[in-house]
Amino acid sequence: MTERAAATSTQRRTPNRWQVGRLVERRVETPTAQTLVLEVPDWPGHLPGQHVDLRLTAPDGYQAARSYSIAGPAVDGPGGPRIEVTVQRVHDGEVSPYLIDVFGAGDPVEVRGPLGGWFIWRPEETAPVQLVAGGSGVVPLMAMIRARRAVGSKAPFRLIYSVRTPGDVIYADELRRRVRDDFGLDVAYVYTREAPEGWRGEPHRIGLADVNTHGWPPDLEPLTYVCGPTAFVETVADLLVGLGHPSRRVKTERFGPTG
Amino acid sequence: MTEMSYLDGNMLDGPMRELFTVDLSSAMGRCENCGTTGSMASLHVYSHAPGLVARCPSCEEVMVRLVRGPDRAWLDMRGTTFLQVPMPMEQTFPGPL
Repeated sequence: MTERAAATSTQRRTPNRWQVGRLVERRVETPTAQTLVLEVPDWPGHLPGQHVDLRLTAPDGYQAARSYSIAGPAVDGPGGPRIEVTVQRVHDGEVSPYLIDVFGAGDPVEVRGPLGGWFIWRPEETAPVQLVAGGSGVVPLMAMIRARRAVGSKAPFRLIYSVRTPGDVIYADELRRRVRDDFGLDVAYVYTREAPEGWRGEPHRIGLADVNTHGWPPDLEPLTYVCGPTAFVETVADLLVGLGHPSRRVKTERFGPTG
Repeated sequence: MTEMSYLDGNMLDGPMRELFTVDLSSAMGRCENCGTTGSMASLHVYSHAPGLVARCPSCEEVMVRLVRGPDRAWLDMRGTTFLQVPMPMEQTFPGPL
């Protein structure tokens, strides 16, 4: 390494390196989703919306890696930084059933990240933000909601959260609490199969009326983040662009059923 | 799972960071077939193939193929005219004296 290179290189680990993280805590969110808290000793920090790749190696050497959104800001634990991911069980999946059923406290998993420079919200942004989540697509959006409060941002946030049934709402209690306490956060729900008691309207898939009623008008030049299954994201992004939101301000992240 | 569903370019970040020192997720690329320019993150990625195949969101032509073996990687970008990568501000070379 030449002198000049040494002067400009950072000692920080680059995100392309796999490092070993360990499970320190597990929280049940819904019947099919759990939050895993991982201790990652050399974690360099991350921005809300970024993801990590987790890699598992079977005894015969077979490896499987999957991308998971980071669910909130990193916190310092006794053994180093901790990050959390929320894993939704994918039926017939290769990785998610293992992470939910088998992966135990203290067990190692390889972690690569933070990754992604596109689907991120920078806390210095002051523009209004609209977040549209389909199912477990709420995870990176929750990271933004949690970061907003953590840094004391005053940017107005609106979340539209589409779920099958009330029991499928991830972070339900925390969202209720934040709507009350995080000044400037609104949350609207869309139920596709079964709505709660006393809900006005029928269960339906997200449509123009939902986005128009609960989002920000294009005149306010909001930043938009849409995350969910591929078809959901395409539908919502098309609706938003149709309403007049410039496509460069509508950022999308699609979840595939690769679990 | 029978449907050919795709993921988006965000999932390319990890595999691409193994080859490049910069984050390409916010890089803009131009599709050689239809000329659409957009971010790498907006590509449609199919992971069912032996490797990753990223297609243009407008015309669905292949823009990037990445196959990772145990000791090597193959990267085929013949469907991409150029990549424009955001860089930290510095004096470009050659610059004015």
